[in-house]
Amino acid sequence: MSTAAGTATVTEPSANTTPPGPGMRFTGAAANYLDERTSISGIVRELGRKVFPNHWSFMLGEVALYSFIAILLSGTFLTFFFDPSMSHVTYEGSFVPLKGIEMSAAYASTLDITFDIRGGLLMRQVHHWSALLFVASIGLHMLRVFFTGAFRKPRELNWVIGFVLFILAMAEGFTGYSLPDDLLSGNGLRIIDGMVKGFPIVGTWISYLLFGGEFPGTVIVPRLFVLHIMLLPALLIAALGLHLLLMVINKHTHFAGPGRTNDNVVGVPVMPLFAAKAGGFFFVVFGVIVLISSTFTVNPIWNYGPYDPSPVSAGTQPDWYIGFADGALRLIPPGWEFELWGFTVTLSILIPAAILGLFLLAVAVYPFLEAWITGDKREHHMAERPRNAPVRTAIGAAGVVFYGVMWAAASSDLIATHFMLSIEWVTHALQALIILGPIFAYWMTKRICIALQKKDREIALHGYESGRIVRLPGGEYIEVHQPLNEYDRWRLVDYVDYKPLMLRPNARGKISPVQRVRAILSRWFFEDRISPVTRREIESDGHH
Amino acid sequence: MAQHDGDTGAAAGSELVKSPGREVSPGTAVIAPDAFENPGLPPHSDRVTDLDPKKEKEAERVVAGMFALSIVGTVMAIVAYIVVPIEPGDLNSTRLNNLFVGLGIALALIPIGIGAIHWAKNLMTYVEMTEARHGTRGTEETRAIAANVFTLGNQESGFNRRKLIRNTLIGALALSPLPAVVLFRDLAPAADPVPLLKTTLWDKGIRLAKDPSGTPIKASEVTLGSVFHVIPDNLADAEHPLEEKAKAAVLLMRLKPEDLNVSAGREDWNYDGIVAYSKICTHVGCPVALYEQHTHHLLCPCHQSQFDITQEAAVIFGPAKRPLPQLPITVDAEGYLVARSDFTEPVGPSFWERSL
Ligand code: FES
Repeated sequence: MSTAAGTATVTEPSANTTPPGPGMRFTGAAANYLDERTSISGIVRELGRKVFPNHWSFMLGEVALYSFIAILLSGTFLTFFFDPSMSHVTYEGSFVPLKGIEMSAAYASTLDITFDIRGGLLMRQVHHWSALLFVASIGLHMLRVFFTGAFRKPRELNWVIGFVLFILAMAEGFTGYSLPDDLLSGNGLRIIDGMVKGFPIVGTWISYLLFGGEFPGTVIVPRLFVLHIMLLPALLIAALGLHLLLMVINKHTHFAGPGRTNDNVVGVPVMPLFAAKAGGFFFVVFGVIVLISSTFTVNPIWNYGPYDPSPVSAGTQPDWYIGFADGALRLIPPGWEFELWGFTVTLSILIPAAILGLFLLAVAVYPFLEAWITGDKREHHMAERPRNAPVRTAIGAAGVVFYGVMWAAASSDLIATHFMLSIEWVTHALQALIILGPIFAYWMTKRICIALQKKDREIALHGYESGRIVRLPGGEYIEVHQPLNEYDRWRLVDYVDYKPLMLRPNARGKISPVQRVRAILSRWFFEDRISPVTRREIESDGHH
Repeated sequence: MAQHDGDTGAAAGSELVKSPGREVSPGTAVIAPDAFENPGLPPHSDRVTDLDPKKEKEAERVVAGMFALSIVGTVMAIVAYIVVPIEPGDLNSTRLNNLFVGLGIALALIPIGIGAIHWAKNLMTYVEMTEARHGTRGTEETRAIAANVFTLGNQESGFNRRKLIRNTLIGALALSPLPAVVLFRDLAPAADPVPLLKTTLWDKGIRLAKDPSGTPIKASEVTLGSVFHVIPDNLADAEHPLEEKAKAAVLLMRLKPEDLNVSAGREDWNYDGIVAYSKICTHVGCPVALYEQHTHHLLCPCHQSQFDITQEAAVIFGPAKRPLPQLPITVDAEGYLVARSDFTEPVGPSFWERSL
């Protein structure tokens, strides 16, 4: 089973190299049957031994994919029992504290799923936990792609598709959260209604159309239900299919390493090794979701009660991925609203909405911006180490801190009560932090990256510090450095290096303003660059 | 086709760059002429399971053991579904059903995964394979043929030549989705939303009633420092009670009359220190439900806006801009609190047409 484990460098799958051996009769017959009707052997030939590189961080996207499957399976189960209607019923189910209470059919059927359907609570929790994991793993996957530069040509479009998937995932989360029509989700909808009303000219009408009249109305749950189980999943699955298709076409990136180049991909074949690992990983992810769902309660809607526009409880939280939007609203100082010719302009909503919109837009277009600055039209298939692109990594860190502060702001009241601070103090601290935090994170990260690059240079030039101190005959102490072997050195020196753009006049002897902007950005990105160690440097280093 | 930045002439050391007949600009990338060369794949090292048949057998047993464990989990889940039933009214039975069915399913799933991964890592032939990448763009030949398809399409249809046809087609296609937009108008009723947002159920003589019981409140019940959640007492008869409640919910508090700073024109809006304010936050509409008795502050739990009741609910902190609207109140002949009129301004979040 484990014999021929050589460093086989297989380039193309070739026919007739391996005899099928015993036990393959049925597979052979079935494959023949299918191929004669579908010509599927071509696909198997193309993809069956396709190479996938190995790295732990490449599994984040897999987690997203597998949790999505868990969402689809558990969600389908829920649709068989859920009644997306806001008509009034009197609860007669088996949850005693709410017996005889008026509520919507949606809330009542959610209680029934929870308390009268065996495994119903489990499926609800699987659905909710996997949704939380889905958005989280998409976010982490995006960070991985960003910090390793895996969005560069030819993958810019796939970055945008991934971004769309992230937005769709959040939209799915929000529409799903609103369906049970409990007190929490109703208050969430009320906040949405208030925000929509704040938009100039169209706001009042959009809210009116969305809710089919005044808030809360009787149609929002069925409408969100249709979006949640039909329109959004259809878009999500289509975008996901495209995302995976482009990944196959572009082939996966790999990190620098001996034998790995921009022109090859080094890894394990789909059949059988990658399939076994990835398939196995699916079962682990799904299993862990079920394990969490069987032991930890999530969204106990029976504690909240049916929606009623009057009560509210303090310290309640939206699902984590909506937090950043809620936090942005909280950070606005009082009084941001004015009237213009009798119309009300609600800056306290428009400004955070604009900031969030610009933030998301910046995420979506970053690959195009960086490509324009470097002017690099080559394809890039090597995942970069974050330190080797210090400014990009620093921008990413600033973005993470910006998002993190907004996210923390969504829990400002909990922070205040937990640490016994006043809410005013916490809010003012977060207001300062949302401006200073990203700046500090940018500066700090860039310093760290450059320091790490310098250390890499040191190591590539002089080897590792061995920790062994020797006394020279002259009485001088030195630490012995252990030289690198060529494989380890290669990991340190194989990265793309850019220099700042030099402005040159064009054919008409002019420098266009666009080029000037590009030069400024290019200087910002690359003026502190640390170049990879070259052969000559090592050679001349040996002489002193 | 080649695009040059003009400031670097160095050739990039990549096959993908040197596809025949064209060169791709590396932009401002620096390609050092004396860069290191890729040393190639390091020598392969065998795993213990490759070298030691005993370890190999052991790994085999682990994998099979995992798969067997999964079968146990599946059986356990089904058994739990049957033997841990949900007893109506017994919360604990729901919890146990959830726990045991869930643990069974988790036990059925996770070992399959661990077994498969263990198999892949320790027993499957480990070949580090290298596959060549080819430039993403099609070959020049393919691209030429594809370009020709468009050229032929254009020529044979006359798309660009027959400008009248082309332009009217573009116009027709651009306009054709408009009916779909119009069709959405009836998502909401015919009436204009703006007047609806400006009125509530409150009116002269409507009694203030407790939420949710609907019992009217006597002024004498409202002791100093107390707070009542209030609805109009005609709410139950309303056509759309939830929608009306979403606008008409009110908080009722009693302060010492000298603590209230009453502005001109509002002198008779309170009754002996009893004041009523809209409960709907002027930020984005959460119920402002938290009253701090000793400071007389109302706190909105959603984004922490704070309103000072002694200052006619002026905003003292948080993102809200406008004070909570005050409901003018008095008492009727029987001593019950009643509204003097509706609110004098729209309640709840701001909207475009609010002050029109
Ligand atoms: S809704 Fe009250 S502060 Fe936002």
